[in-house]
Amino acid sequence: MTELLEPEAPVRRPIPLQAPQLPRWAPPVALFLSLAAAGLVGLLLGWGPAGIAVVAWVLFLVGFTGWAQAIEGRRKAVDRMFATLIWSTFVIAMVPLVSVTWEVVSKGHGIIGADFFANDMRGVLGETNIVTGEPGGIKHALVGTLMITLTATAMAVPVGVMAAIYLVEYGKRTRFARTITFLVDVMTGIPSIVAGLFAFSLLTLIFGAAYRSGFGGSVALAVIMVPIVVRATEEMLKLVPDELREASYALGVPKWRTIVKVVLPTAFGGIATGVTLAVARVAGETAPLLIIAGSTTVANWNVFEGRMMTLPVFIYSSVTTGGKYAAEQEARAWGAALVLVVIVMSLNLLARLLGKIFSPKTGR
Amino acid sequence: MTDTTTDQPPRLDDSGSRATRAGDSIFSGLASAAGLTILLALAGVALFLVIEGAPAFTASGESAYGKDNIVVYVWPLLYGTLLAAVLAMVIVTPLAVGLALVISHYAPRRVGTYLGYLIDLLAAVPSVVYGLWGRVVLAPALLPLYLWLSDNLGWIPFFDGGESGPTHGRTIFTAGIVLAVMALPIVTAICREVFIQTPRIHEEAALALGATKWEMIRMTVFPYARSGVISAVLLGLGRALGETMAVAMVLSGAGIITIDLIGTQNPSTIAANIALNFGNASGSKINTLIFSGLVLFVVSFAVNFVGRWIASRGEVKG
Amino acid sequence: MAKSIDVSDVNIYYGDFLAVEGVNMSIRARSVTAFIGPSGCGKSTFLRSLNRMHEVIPGARVEGKIVVDAQDLYAPGVDPVAVRRQIGMVFQRPNPFPTMSIYDNVLAGNRLNSKKMKKSEADDIVEKSLRGANLWTEVKDRLGKPGMGLSGGQQQRLCIARAIAVEPQVLLMDEPCSALDPISTSAIEDLIHELKSEYTIVIVTHNMQQAARVSDETGFFNLKATGEPGHLVEFNPTAKMFANPDNAATEAYISGRFG
Repeated sequence: MTELLEPEAPVRRPIPLQAPQLPRWAPPVALFLSLAAAGLVGLLLGWGPAGIAVVAWVLFLVGFTGWAQAIEGRRKAVDRMFATLIWSTFVIAMVPLVSVTWEVVSKGHGIIGADFFANDMRGVLGETNIVTGEPGGIKHALVGTLMITLTATAMAVPVGVMAAIYLVEYGKRTRFARTITFLVDVMTGIPSIVAGLFAFSLLTLIFGAAYRSGFGGSVALAVIMVPIVVRATEEMLKLVPDELREASYALGVPKWRTIVKVVLPTAFGGIATGVTLAVARVAGETAPLLIIAGSTTVANWNVFEGRMMTLPVFIYSSVTTGGKYAAEQEARAWGAALVLVVIVMSLNLLARLLGKIFSPKTGR
Repeated sequence: MTDTTTDQPPRLDDSGSRATRAGDSIFSGLASAAGLTILLALAGVALFLVIEGAPAFTASGESAYGKDNIVVYVWPLLYGTLLAAVLAMVIVTPLAVGLALVISHYAPRRVGTYLGYLIDLLAAVPSVVYGLWGRVVLAPALLPLYLWLSDNLGWIPFFDGGESGPTHGRTIFTAGIVLAVMALPIVTAICREVFIQTPRIHEEAALALGATKWEMIRMTVFPYARSGVISAVLLGLGRALGETMAVAMVLSGAGIITIDLIGTQNPSTIAANIALNFGNASGSKINTLIFSGLVLFVVSFAVNFVGRWIASRGEVKG
Repeated sequence: MAKSIDVSDVNIYYGDFLAVEGVNMSIRARSVTAFIGPSGCGKSTFLRSLNRMHEVIPGARVEGKIVVDAQDLYAPGVDPVAVRRQIGMVFQRPNPFPTMSIYDNVLAGNRLNSKKMKKSEADDIVEKSLRGANLWTEVKDRLGKPGMGLSGGQQQRLCIARAIAVEPQVLLMDEPCSALDPISTSAIEDLIHELKSEYTIVIVTHNMQQAARVSDETGFFNLKATGEPGHLVEFNPTAKMFANPDNAATEAYISGRFG
C-alpha cells in the first residue's frame, strides 16, 4: 500500500506507517463463525452446550489469531491472541458467579414463606412436623446466627478498634506496633476451623469436655473478625489528616479526648464499613460453629448455655445427613442458602452504602 | 479535663492537668491492652492447640482412627490438603492475572471498576453455599468431563480414573475448582492493586518504542508486579489450605495418597476431615483431630507469613 | 533518513475538552524545532500527538492532519504502533526499564521487531546507539548492570540511546532536561546538536535559553485565557523569534514579562 502512495520516489525508501489491519467487524464475525461451526458439529455429534462452548472458544482463538497472523503479522497476532485470552478469563470467572446465583435463587425460592421463618425443626422428619403438621423452618438457625454474630461483634469491635487506635495514635513505628501489624495480617489468614478448634480447646479446658454453646462460636468468630476490624480502622485512622489532631491539641484538648471527639467521628464511616464487612464475612462462617456451637432443632436465645443452630450449619447438616428424607432436607438447604446469601449480600451492600454516605467526612 | 479550657489561666505543667494525664494514660493503656490481646489471641491459638493436640503424639490404633501412629494418620490428609490447594492455585493464577489485567489495563476505567465489584461479589458468597453448589450442581456436571478425560487422556497419571473409571464427580479435582473460585477474588484484588501501580512513565516508554499493548504489559507491568503476584498467589494458597466447608461438602475423601485427580477414591483434606469427624469424635480421637488442626495451622501460618513478607518487602498492600 | 512533518488544522481533545486548537506548522527535516510557552499551554500535548502517544490516555483524540513522508499519521489504516516505531520519544523524567540491564534497555525496541538477533549484530547496535548518545565511554565496562544505577543525566542519555537504537525518522523530546542538573543538561544539549545531522528533532522546553541554544526554529504556544484551548501564537526561525518576534505576546513572554 505504501508503494502506491509514493510511486514517484522509488529511490527513497518510504517509511512504512500503514500496516494492513483487520477490519472492525473481524472479531464478531470470527466469533460467529466459530460458534456456528462448533454448534453445527456439536449438534450432529450430540455434544452438550459446555462442549460446544469450549470447542467454539478454541476455534475462535486459533482461527482469529491465524487470521491476524496472515493479515497483520506475528506481533499483532500475538497481541490479539493475548487480548482474547485475557478477556476470556473474565467470561470464565463469571460462569460460577452466574451459576451459583441462578441455582440458589431457582432452587431456593420455592420453599420461602412465612412458615419457613416462623417454624423450627423440632419433630420434623419429612416435610412437616409429625405432631402439628406444620412445615419445618429455619427459625432456630436464624436465632442462632443472629445471637452468635452479635456476641462476636460485641467482643471483636472494641478490641479491634482500640488496637487500631494503639497502632495509629500511640505505637507509631515502635517494634511492638510493627509486630502487631504484621501478626494482624497473618491472622487474617488463619483457617476458620483452626479458630474453632482454639475456641473448643479453650472452653472445654475451662468448662469440661462436653461444653457446647453459642458463646464458643462467638469466640471463634471474634478471632476471625478482629483482624478485619483492625485493618479497616487502621486504614481509616491513617486517612484522618494530622492538621485536625494538631488543631485540637492547640486548643488544649488532651490526646484521648482528641481521639474520641475528633479522630473517631471523622473516621466513623470507614470503621462502620469495615465492621459491616467483617460481620458479613463471619455470618456465613460454618466450620468453627460446627465444632463448638453444635447443632440443634429448636431455637435457643441463650448464647451461654446449650447448643445453637446457625444458618450455615443448618445448610451443611441438611445436605449431608441423607437418608429417607434427603430430598426434603436438600430443598430446605437451598432455601436456607438463599436466605443466607441475601443476608450476606445485604450486609455487603450496606457496607458500601455506609462507605458512600460517610466518605466525604474523611476529607478525601 | 474540660474545665481547664474555660476561665482558668493557662497552666503549662502543674497539677491541673493531672486529670488529663490520668485520662490519657487510662486510654492509652486500654489501647495497648487491645494490641496485647491480639498478640495473646494468636499465641493462645497456638498454645491451646498444642495443649490439646499433644496427647495425640502417642496415639495409635483406635484413637488414631485405626492407624499405627499419628504421622501415618495425618500425612495423607496433609497431602490431600496441599494437593487441593495447589490444584486451586494452578487454576487461579492465570485466571487472576488475566482478570486483574482486564480491570487494570483492558477495560475502560469506569467499566473496570464495575467488573471489579462483580469479582468481589464472588468473595461475598459464604463457603457453605459454594459447598452446596459444588456438591449438588458442579460435581454431577463435571462427571461427563471426567469420563471423557479418563477415556482419552487416561495415560496421564492425573486422569487415570482408577480401575472402574470415574463414578462420581465429587473428586479432588472438583474440590480444587471450587477452592479456585473461592480464592479467585483475593488473588485478583492483589494482582489488580500492583498492576495499577505500574509507573506510567515506564508504560509510556514501552509504547513510545512501538510496543503493542501486550508487549507493553510484558515489558513493564509483569517485571514490576512479579513479587506482588507471587505474594498474591501465596495468600490465595493460604486461603485455600484452610478452607473447610466447601471441601467437606464437595469431596468424597478417603485418607489415601494418589495423584489421580478424577478417581472414585480421593485424598481428603485436614480441614474437611476435622469437620466431618468432629461431631462423632470423643476422648483421644478429639486430640488426634486437634493435632491435625495444629499441623494445618502451622502450614497455613507459614504460607501466609512468607506471602506477607514478600508483600511487605515489595511495598504491596494486601 | 530524517523526514519533515507538516501539520495542518490540528485540534487536540481530552474527552470533550479542547486542549489545543488550530495548529498549523511545517517542521523541517534535519533540524531542531523547539516549542516554548507557559505551563498548561498544550505544547507537550501537541508533541505527544506527533507520534500518536496522546491517544493512550482514555478519551483523548486528535483532529486534523499531521503528514510525515506524504502519509497522514491519523489516516485510517495507519498503525499507531508503526508510527511510534518511526517517531521516537524521550520523556521528561528518565525512564529506563528498571528490571533491565543497560544493554537490554538499549535493545528493548529492537527486540520487539526481530525475535532472533545475532549476538554480534546486537552488540553493534548497542555500541552504535550508546556512542550516538555520548554514553559509550561511561558505561562500556558495565553494560550488564541495571540501567537504574546510572545518574539522572546518564539515564536520560540511555533513554536517548534506546530511542535511536531503532533508527527512527524523528525524535521527540518532552522537556528532556527538566529533571537534570546543569552539567547533565549541557551534555544533552551537545548531544541534540550532534543528532540533528541525522534526525528531525522536536523538543519541548520551558527554558527559553535552552530553546535559543539548541533550536533552529521555535514555536510559541499560549492560552488565549484561562480555560480556553492553547494555540500556536508564532512559528519562526529561532534567531528571528528571539531578536524580533512578530507577535506582541511572544515578545512579552520572551522578555520575561509573564509565564
